[in-house]
Amino acid sequence: MNSILNVENLSLTIGKDEILKNISFEIKQGEIFALVGESGSGKSLTSLAIMRLLPDVISVSCGDIKLKKKSLFALPEYEMQKVRGKSIAMIFQEPMSALNPVMTVGAQVAEVLKIHLGLRNDAVKMKVVSLFKEVALKDPEERYNWYPHQLSGGQKQRVMIAIALACEPDLLIADEPTTALDVTIQAQILELLKKIREDRKLSILFITHDMAVVSQMADRVAVMKEGEILEQAVCKEFFSNPQHPYTQSLLRDAMEKKEDSKIKEEGEKLLEVEDLKVHFPIKKGFFQRTAGYVKAVDGVTLSIPRGKTLALVGESGSGKSTIGQAILSLVHMTQGSIKFENKNLATLSERALKPYRRKIQIVFQDPYSALNPRMTIGNIIREGMVSLGVGSKERAAQDEHIKELLLKVDLEAEHARRYPHEFSGGQRQRIGIARALAVEPELIICDEPTSALDVSVRSQVLKLLRKLQEESGVSYLFITHDLSIVPTIADEVAVMKEGKIVEQGSVEEVMENPQEEYTKTLLAAAPKLPNKNKEAYT
Amino acid sequence: MILTLLWTDIMVWILLFTIVVWSWVVSGSPQVKKQWHTIFKSSIAMASATVLLFYLLFTLLDSVHFRLATPSTDTKSQQVQYGEMTSLLDLLFSHNIKNTERTYSAPFATHEYAKSIVVDANGVTKQAYLPLKHVSNNNDLLQKSMFAIFMGIVMGGSLIFLHMVWRKKRGFKSELPWRTAYLTLLFLTVIFTWFYMLSYHYHVLGTDKVGGDVLYHSLKSIRTGVLIGVLTTLIMLPVAIILGVSAGLFGGWVDDVIQYLYTTLSSIPGVLLIAAGVLSMQVMMDNNPTWFETTLERSDLRLLFLILILGITSWTGLCRLLRAETLKISQIEFVTAAKAFGVGKFTIIRRHIIPNLMHIILISIVLDFSGLVLAEAVLSYVGVGVDPTMHSWGNMINQARLEMAREPMVWWSLFSAFVFMFILVLAANLLSDRIQIVLDPRNKS
Repeated sequence: MNSILNVENLSLTIGKDEILKNISFEIKQGEIFALVGESGSGKSLTSLAIMRLLPDVISVSCGDIKLKKKSLFALPEYEMQKVRGKSIAMIFQEPMSALNPVMTVGAQVAEVLKIHLGLRNDAVKMKVVSLFKEVALKDPEERYNWYPHQLSGGQKQRVMIAIALACEPDLLIADEPTTALDVTIQAQILELLKKIREDRKLSILFITHDMAVVSQMADRVAVMKEGEILEQAVCKEFFSNPQHPYTQSLLRDAMEKKEDSKIKEEGEKLLEVEDLKVHFPIKKGFFQRTAGYVKAVDGVTLSIPRGKTLALVGESGSGKSTIGQAILSLVHMTQGSIKFENKNLATLSERALKPYRRKIQIVFQDPYSALNPRMTIGNIIREGMVSLGVGSKERAAQDEHIKELLLKVDLEAEHARRYPHEFSGGQRQRIGIARALAVEPELIICDEPTSALDVSVRSQVLKLLRKLQEESGVSYLFITHDLSIVPTIADEVAVMKEGKIVEQGSVEEVMENPQEEYTKTLLAAAPKLPNKNKEAYT
Repeated sequence: MILTLLWTDIMVWILLFTIVVWSWVVSGSPQVKKQWHTIFKSSIAMASATVLLFYLLFTLLDSVHFRLATPSTDTKSQQVQYGEMTSLLDLLFSHNIKNTERTYSAPFATHEYAKSIVVDANGVTKQAYLPLKHVSNNNDLLQKSMFAIFMGIVMGGSLIFLHMVWRKKRGFKSELPWRTAYLTLLFLTVIFTWFYMLSYHYHVLGTDKVGGDVLYHSLKSIRTGVLIGVLTTLIMLPVAIILGVSAGLFGGWVDDVIQYLYTTLSSIPGVLLIAAGVLSMQVMMDNNPTWFETTLERSDLRLLFLILILGITSWTGLCRLLRAETLKISQIEFVTAAKAFGVGKFTIIRRHIIPNLMHIILISIVLDFSGLVLAEAVLSYVGVGVDPTMHSWGNMINQARLEMAREPMVWWSLFSAFVFMFILVLAANLLSDRIQIVLDPRNKS
């Protein structure tokens, strides 16, 4: 096989800082080459360098990039313009922002064809329809005239792929193409990319942070950290026998399992949700009359024993976050009951609810928006203590308590005086956890607490959550879309679809032997690491 | 002597007091402190702030009003007679108030601008340029200027020296561009002392139609301009914040009512509302002449009313911005977290929403300021602005309408008003640009 792309000793600098250090790799024809790394490792910079789309402040200090033996850095800008889109195409993480919302999707694909191939009206339309067929869009003739907002996320990503394929490129750069998508959609898109590779003998540079996706897709893998390639290997080799310690720890973090401390005792039920329904009215017209309802949660029954974790799994829009909000009485429930320690929260007034607010707390998905940027960490943690009257009324004693909490979540005591922007995502998530712990809750609702975090940080946060559970016997309602972390944290699992729970049971039962069709599809769609035991990576 | 504060005086001092208290409170927060530090790291911002402070100084000087006891001619009566209201600035320029000429004269002129018919000692009638009454005739402009500039440098230099000593004593290194501030200050003091010292011997910026000193007019107009710029925002701010935040946070019918209100208000032409308001106020004041002891109080009330009306018509824009931003912030998770802690609605507003709106509020204050100063000029020109007897740049420009049509042209009234207003508005705009760059979170990269 002849090589399509050669990156040779590429180094990038901002001022005096070297941000990419001597990167070299080669992509052969018809090969999927995966570039793996955590955020900030320089994966996307590499892809931008290949497209010659680097921001002005970044300069290439040495090295070369060759496409089919021709140096890209030597080309004048107008030649490079032809290379972009025609020889190298790119698809992005966020299909919503990559498509122009005021043009029909057909016209957007046609535009590329007109520019690069100079086709005429009818021929263009024929070609677009055939491309839509290739990326398996249903009713391609009709979809031609649709606008991006009428398509779902997966369909938009298919359109993006169609645009990328339009000029029959030699190389496709896929920058985290499935990160924003649900598991089942992700599986479909990955399948599609593989099929296109087979049909067209296309080379793909696949950039991702997800080890499981890599193991399914790639032929060869390169691991990046802080602007350096640490390890490069054929995919099978890579997973069976990783060389670099960082790679080993990455793989270990990606497939961690809950240490078996499962004593099968039925504890008392801390929280019991019965036949919960949350319907949002759809208002219409001048007088805002109710035209119908969105059934976000439609008859859900679940229970959490004291000191245990229930994982609530579902794709986006399945209503799992709404359940969390209903338990916190932040949304109005339409029907049903939520019993906390046998007391129905639904019937309580805001004042009578206050003692229970203390016992149920929440940790959010996005660590960046969960903390008020204008308050110090100390004041953020103090807020709940003051509002709910937990602990001492005196400031000094509160400060002492805040210090303890920060140490408990593996931060330092002097962080209390700093502001949120001084912390990384993982540290902020710890602060969020400390804030919830400040009022000594008995149930913490974790609303996708790890989905915005890198793999290694994710495993640290999960470890912390487990440690806290062992120490204080707090229960978790763990809301997630990521099946791979369920065995790590949960005792029981409930699978949700369209506001209803389709299957519920202990983790082993559901994960190993699913009964319902939907659970089976979900499990099949989730990318898995090759079945190796953990010891292989130590 | 009795101190008689006008309504607007009281508001100015309250405002100054609030700003001092606010900056004292804010200085406790290292985050806000750092922001202001960043703002003043730019030398343009530093220079603009110095210029604005200079204007503010004149506003304050002109905002202390009192009535001096007049020497009573009637020695028998025990009652002390009080004269017209004067301010500190009037005291400073009492010679200019007294020394009025007959009519127009150009800057630094020794004779009147137009010929008059005179009958000389021989009984011959002829046309001649009459000499000015209050101008020194010995040809020593240069000598006096040198002396004035020297005095200016001494005064400015000593101010700067005192500040440098104070900084040394405080003993911390600051990265602020103090040199720019010193240069601006020196420049301003030198110019001002030059004007002031020569104003004893000349009409530095000429005289107007009735012989009044234009320099004095321009300086008196500072108060009017600054007051309209500052107090209007002060009136509009609470309305905009309260309505905007409630609309965004509470939603439902509260939101509907507030939106309806500002949509209606903003679709009525502003000038129409202002004209209607000012005219009805004028009628009321004419019908009740006994309300006011002095003409100054009368024109002050009209100014206050103008400020009120401008405030009422101009809150809609900021309110709309704040509503949208509140809608956004109230959906962010830290607000949800606060709700989960059972924190009350008003605490959420005070602790989570207002601090995150502060940059919008500050930016819109400084942006509106220059717009309002210009709006005063336009309104006074149209005739619905401040009282015609009041010193204001708008009134000066209004008078200049006829002066420009004369041959030869009388240019200095318009010119002075233009320069004074231009410097103020330019400084405010430059400072607001800088504040916007630093405070707007979208500019952080």
